[in-house]
Amino acid sequence: MNERVPIELEVNGEAVAKYVEPRLSLADFLREELELTGTHQGCEMGACGACLVLLNGKAVHSCLMFAVQAHGDHVETVEGLSQRKAIADIQQAFHNNNALQCGFCTAGMLVTAHELLSRNTTPTRHEIRDGLSGNYCRCTGYQAIVDSIVSVARSRAGNVDTPASPGERGTAS
Amino acid sequence: MNNALGKLDRPNSYIGRSVTRPNAKRLLAGKGRYVTDMKLPRMLHAAFVRSPYAHAKIMSIDISAAAAMPGVHLVATGADLAKLCKPWVGTLDHFRGMKSSPQLPLAIDKVVWAGQAVVAVVAQSRALAEDAAELVEVAYEELGVVTDIDLARQEGSEIINPDLGTNLSFTLKVESGDVEAAFKDGAVEIEDVFHFGRHTAVTLEPRAIIADYNSSEEQLTVHHATQTPYQFQDLYSRYYGIAESRVRVVAPDIGGSFGMKLHVYHEDMAVVGLSMLTGRPVKYVADRMESFLSDIHARDHRVTSSMTADASGNILGMKVDDVTAIGAFSSFPRTSVVEGNQVVRLMGAPYRFRNYRGDLSVVFQNKVQTSQYRAVGHPIACSVTESLIDGIGRRLGLDPFEIRRRNIITQDMYPYTSPTGYKFERLSHEVCLDKLHAEMDYPRLLKQQEELRAKGVYRGIGIAMFVEITNPSPAFYGVGGARISSQDGAIVKITPSGEVQCLVSIGEHGQGTETIIGQIVAENLGVDRETVRVITGDTDVTPYGGANWACRGAGIGGETAFQAAKKLKQNVLAVAAAILQAKPSDLDIQNAQIVDAGTGNIRIALSEVARISYFRSDTLPDDVSPQLTVAHHYSPKGYPFAFTNGVQGCHVEVDVETGFVRLIDVWVVEDCGRIINPMLVNEQVRGGAIQGLGAALFEECRYGETGQLENGSLADYLVPMAYEMPDIKIFHVETPTRDTELGAKGCGEAGTAAASAAAMNAVNDAIAPLGAHVSQIPMTPQRLLRALGKV
Amino acid sequence: MKARAFKYFRTQSLEDALQAFDRAGGEGCYLAGGQSLVPSLSLRLQAPELLIDISRIESLTGISRSGNVLRVGALTRHAEMLTSPEIARHAPLLRRAAPFVAHPAIRNMGTFGGTIALADPSAEFPAMTLAMDAEFEIASLAGTRTTKADGFFRGLFETGLQPGEILTAINIPCFGNADRCVFDELARRRGDYALVGAGVQGNFAQDLVSTIRIAFLSVGSTPLRARHAEAAITGRALSADAISDAQAALGDDLDPEDNEETSATMRMHLARVLLGRLLGRLSQPDCMRQDEVT
Repeated sequence: MNERVPIELEVNGEAVAKYVEPRLSLADFLREELELTGTHQGCEMGACGACLVLLNGKAVHSCLMFAVQAHGDHVETVEGLSQRKAIADIQQAFHNNNALQCGFCTAGMLVTAHELLSRNTTPTRHEIRDGLSGNYCRCTGYQAIVDSIVSVARSRAGNVDTPASPGERGTAS
Repeated sequence: MNNALGKLDRPNSYIGRSVTRPNAKRLLAGKGRYVTDMKLPRMLHAAFVRSPYAHAKIMSIDISAAAAMPGVHLVATGADLAKLCKPWVGTLDHFRGMKSSPQLPLAIDKVVWAGQAVVAVVAQSRALAEDAAELVEVAYEELGVVTDIDLARQEGSEIINPDLGTNLSFTLKVESGDVEAAFKDGAVEIEDVFHFGRHTAVTLEPRAIIADYNSSEEQLTVHHATQTPYQFQDLYSRYYGIAESRVRVVAPDIGGSFGMKLHVYHEDMAVVGLSMLTGRPVKYVADRMESFLSDIHARDHRVTSSMTADASGNILGMKVDDVTAIGAFSSFPRTSVVEGNQVVRLMGAPYRFRNYRGDLSVVFQNKVQTSQYRAVGHPIACSVTESLIDGIGRRLGLDPFEIRRRNIITQDMYPYTSPTGYKFERLSHEVCLDKLHAEMDYPRLLKQQEELRAKGVYRGIGIAMFVEITNPSPAFYGVGGARISSQDGAIVKITPSGEVQCLVSIGEHGQGTETIIGQIVAENLGVDRETVRVITGDTDVTPYGGANWACRGAGIGGETAFQAAKKLKQNVLAVAAAILQAKPSDLDIQNAQIVDAGTGNIRIALSEVARISYFRSDTLPDDVSPQLTVAHHYSPKGYPFAFTNGVQGCHVEVDVETGFVRLIDVWVVEDCGRIINPMLVNEQVRGGAIQGLGAALFEECRYGETGQLENGSLADYLVPMAYEMPDIKIFHVETPTRDTELGAKGCGEAGTAAASAAAMNAVNDAIAPLGAHVSQIPMTPQRLLRALGKV
Repeated sequence: MKARAFKYFRTQSLEDALQAFDRAGGEGCYLAGGQSLVPSLSLRLQAPELLIDISRIESLTGISRSGNVLRVGALTRHAEMLTSPEIARHAPLLRRAAPFVAHPAIRNMGTFGGTIALADPSAEFPAMTLAMDAEFEIASLAGTRTTKADGFFRGLFETGLQPGEILTAINIPCFGNADRCVFDELARRRGDYALVGAGVQGNFAQDLVSTIRIAFLSVGSTPLRARHAEAAITGRALSADAISDAQAALGDDLDPEDNEETSATMRMHLARVLLGRLLGRLSQPDCMRQDEVT
């Protein structure tokens, strides 16, 4: 039963053909076989959001599917999104606002933010918090992440916020 | 702000500025490198067979089927590892009379909590190791299970550690003044019993370790997601008998720690032995279920306490009886009694009453160990104190702000020694309290509350003052015999290109250590911070030091780097002076240029000084020997701790039909001394406050009567998530410590310290008109509905 | 937390899937969205020898209307309940319940048929099929059959599906002009399994309830209809008295589990509070307009 089966898929724009054990999760496949370790695992049961990737353009938990299920699909990870600069503005906003501390949740947060902003270009803070409801972060308290998504939405809409120079966030916000 | 160093208009002035974190870019690109990500050549993977029982004798272990499975390299029992690893005992000398039994990596004769590791399996992959673990057969004979803190102490109770003869690990009495007289004199007295649920750190990256023992050199390298690399170097060396210089502990990027990743874990100790036995690197990553079963838990206190005051609301005295349960052993090397110790010593800390008695009982039970997790003891002491003072105020018709104003330690009283022996250099309670009052617009909230109550909407306002312990000196652990360093080290060097490299013993876990050290070094040297590279987390590379715990990174590690950079600057100027035939005191460094101190005119580039020093020292006078690398170590010498303070406010709405609580607003006013980077301080405070709010409303490790953890998964243990959490407004007051030139104290625990107390006070304020009150966290819907008499 | 080894079979043919299950001799398991199955495998709570991936069978997809019935393919993802105009118009109760189903990324993968076949008593959609009087299309090697949602949910994770059968589609009577529906739940955190949740769909003649179906989740071992509560208000206007009668009648309808953390008494209390609030909303003639989805 440990025998490997062939799969072919596209990962970050590159064709990948591998033999895998059917029980290998997509997350483990990406991390172990392809060394795309930007995708993390925090619970292996779909409760933390650290392992989110795009499957055919939609955010999914890579721990909640087996690699064999992705045969013929397009998978994109934080590495791919970074490479093609699809989330450069989100990453910049996260950096400006310090919307990450340990960084372990960050890939999942970025994937959620990317998908959320593609569905809803002008989300309210409430909608953003709803969108993030499956992404666990133990470090930040979420506020800077929400701030970052708000600022990206505004700047994408052409309302370039004077991006709060971090100094001004120093006191109250 | 009286800020001698942080004038923000000077060149290279970074201290006090919200600058971004250079290392965050790597993490944002998915290029972090955590232990969970690492692969070494020929690496094997470990999985553990765990006890299904909370208390049982091990009758037999059959590993034959597992050992025979293809892909399995080793199946090791407790006896196998006991041949390599010495037992450890989680006690410290300064906790007099404290008891705990010896521990080994794997259970041998008996198991003492459900989830304890019994057998280790090492295989080619984690999946195969788990397959084989299912084939290990362990026969148990169940023993009586001790879970209840009262039953545990009763005569005739099952004893978890027969060698100790008792389930009581430690007791402590702290007494000052005349408590009984105070209670006799008091016009009003409030008593309550408080329950604080067990909770746990739930770092998003679970514990992870790769041990790599090379027998040809008798060299052990451990890649370890830990806060304290040197502590583990010492422990692996001493408990496995490997020379200290041949143990290297590397802590790369770490996915959260919060105090959880500095304790000795049985599996982690086992993995070192497993690598020695297999001769190959062995990796172990706790999966989430294992994290809940084996990471330290925290809190789990029941506090009976009373407070008395005169008719004007002056508090006269306080009595505290804290009973806390810590699992079957005291954890190592910091013990499991520190939280209780801090609970009884932090009680009433913001207030000036003198009569106090605190009793602490620390009890063993058949659960996983508790130990230090963010804001050790603070939330408990704060919740009890702040709830009781509200009670006194309510009884006397005094507003929560007013009753506190009448009792806080005021500016004219410093230095001040608390009845429990803590020495406060200078705190800022009055300013903080006034600031909170203004920023939350308290009168408006009160008015709104009254209007809404008329409509059947129950909102509550709660406040909680706190004092936080930071910058611990050797008085914390060293004095008790623990080899836990309270000093830190920094090595700063000018590279041949005139850039700066700084190696520090404090570590980076996302809180921004590397950033603030870069700010401090750049400012003190006079260079652009982009040119300062900070290196952390490798015992073969970085200087010896205690690293990150008890909020010491900025205060101790920061001062260390501060002084190292100052020394290095003098060395640079000495060389430059020789080159320029000037006096060092007439020179300065700005933007990596040696300048005339008076005029700011550029004389020579730092890179040129470096080039000459490293490659053309022949051109320098004979008596000039450039020292462009400087090492400096620092340990607090003045006050044993640098205390910080602040106050939090919380505004909630309670749905009195459902018992659900909605967090509307949270305010934090905090004083952590000199602020090096306001943005990073804010993030520490926010993240900390959210952990306190999680404790207030959601988090609790629930055990059944048989000692089984019933909610040990991320679906069942409720961590705070984005949807339920509020935006948090943060305000700063700065009272630098004069013990150091930098003046920084810690800020990592301030948020957690008072958030649950403020939330509990807010909820109680909301439901007070209905005659209801809660004294237990988390405040679940069921607990609130019961308090409200609805169910 | 790694699954035990298994064999994997993917097919685009319903017939092949059914035959593969048959050949596996009781050791097979269908895999659709996998959002419940995969964690269960990772935790080794389940360990089938063969996983039959039915997620690419074309005939199980799509949403279409025929006459007064909306046919929702079993592979319809939860996320589509939020975006499909057909769902919003003809099965608005699903639209209203969908935001409460787990989290966005789970909704992108989880399937409507999968959640019904699993029959988790705490899941939103299975209960809603009761409130909507849905009918299930089921395929087996013997052919196809249909069965009503009423009677389908038999016990904890137990349904009327026989081993090997595949739920292929859900037929939902189209929402009418005189119909109203509401959904809400009380969950500790957004996306958590609710302490209690309910959907109500009724047909009104003026302000009188002509017919009404009330379905609860998280208050028993299966999704449950509150028939006594329904009876208490049928034919009446949703006055305070009527609502209070419905709340009282819940005692005969629900059988919540009792445990330390969530006592049966509390769940019953919360169910009554929730029902009261839902019926209050439903009593508003314009509730379909003002009932803005959150």
